[in-house]
Amino acid sequence: MQAGKPILYSYFRSSCSWRVRIALALKGIDYETVPINLIKDGGQQFSKDFQALNPMKQLAIIEYLEETRPTPRLLPQDPKKRASVRMISDLIAGGIQPLQNLSVLKQVEEKFQLTWAQNAIISGFNALEQILQSTAGTYCVGDEVTMADLCLVPQVANAERFKVDCTPYPTISSINKRLLVLEAFQVTHPCRQPDTPTELRA
Amino acid sequence: QTEILRPILYSYFRSSCSWRVRIALALKGIDYETVPINLIKDGGQQFSKDFQALNPMKQVPALKIDGITIHQSLAIIEYLEETRPTPRLLPQDPKKRASVRMISDLIAGGIQPLQNLSVLKQVEEKFQLTWAQNAIISGFNALEQILQSTAGTYCVGDEVTMADLCLVPQVANAERFKVDCTPYPTISSINKRLLVLEAFQVTHPCRQPDTPTELRA
Repeated sequence: MQAGKPILYSYFRSSCSWRVRIALALKGIDYETVPINLIKDGGQQFSKDFQALNPMKQLAIIEYLEETRPTPRLLPQDPKKRASVRMISDLIAGGIQPLQNLSVLKQVEEKFQLTWAQNAIISGFNALEQILQSTAGTYCVGDEVTMADLCLVPQVANAERFKVDCTPYPTISSINKRLLVLEAFQVTHPCRQPDTPTELRA
Repeated sequence: QTEILRPILYSYFRSSCSWRVRIALALKGIDYETVPINLIKDGGQQFSKDFQALNPMKQVPALKIDGITIHQSLAIIEYLEETRPTPRLLPQDPKKRASVRMISDLIAGGIQPLQNLSVLKQVEEKFQLTWAQNAIISGFNALEQILQSTAGTYCVGDEVTMADLCLVPQVANAERFKVDCTPYPTISSINKRLLVLEAFQVTHPCRQPDTPTELRA
């Protein structure tokens, strides 16, 4: 059996990294951060070492944590509610974020990059706002924090970075507000990471 | 007493996301009805008011089952796995499950969304093919490497899993976009082995209710 804390390869501003940080915080799992700067040195994520060490993606990590450290729950017990959680998580992690991440934006002409990112987020948030009408309670699905909420908050942060007007999304906005006061979402915030640049620190 | 209705799958014959779910339903022996949604005709039937009410993302697939509607192909497959557990589509061991999900996420979240119809339409026409090819090549470069450590007969070990349901449709997309798959021998050989299985054959785009005559097997 292994000794040693889990090691998270993380970029302070990456919404994917933030999702996993929140999961680790909620489950009380102590870990070590190895910062990967997505911009410096042409992008440290492209170094051979990192590629060999990067074993998992995103939601697969969170589902693994859920199966191996089951409390507190990040997925409800009921299969239909679990489906809602996964549906919302996939919508964000598979339907919005990949279309506005750094490597895709770099392929778009610079003058169009902002609009491209905004469009990706707006299409996704239009759909999400509608879906939340039927699933949301205090949080995205019912009244407990789930994997869907771990995806929502970082995506709203991205929306703000790309200057997307969130007035058309009152449900998304109010859920986001409620989540941001929770400790796990605060301690893992991009403004408080080991690799947060001084000028962006809280 | 509610009537037990067959599940309804909203599907497009050529949609790789729809094909993933069709394979899952076939493997689990679930009988269902297909409602074809043509992504091109009438400006794209996925944009109709009716369909938008069903799936606000305006994408296929969507599955009506057990009184609910689910979309996002992997969320659908995980629901089928939890409610109709045999035959398995995810291994029992959490680490192997993580490998299955990682590969599935790589394809479903990392490759396909970057080369689907709605994104390609935003790219200047003369660049569309290269854009799609780049998305697939980047993804397949990573996937070929990952499979070195996970693959047996199939993507993860020797049983068919959700990862395989994602692989085959993505290879079909690669072929459609004329991506040379010679650099990906593991992907290619796994794909070949999967394509002879019945569930992958009966669900193939060339054999769907909405397959155009000229593309039928």
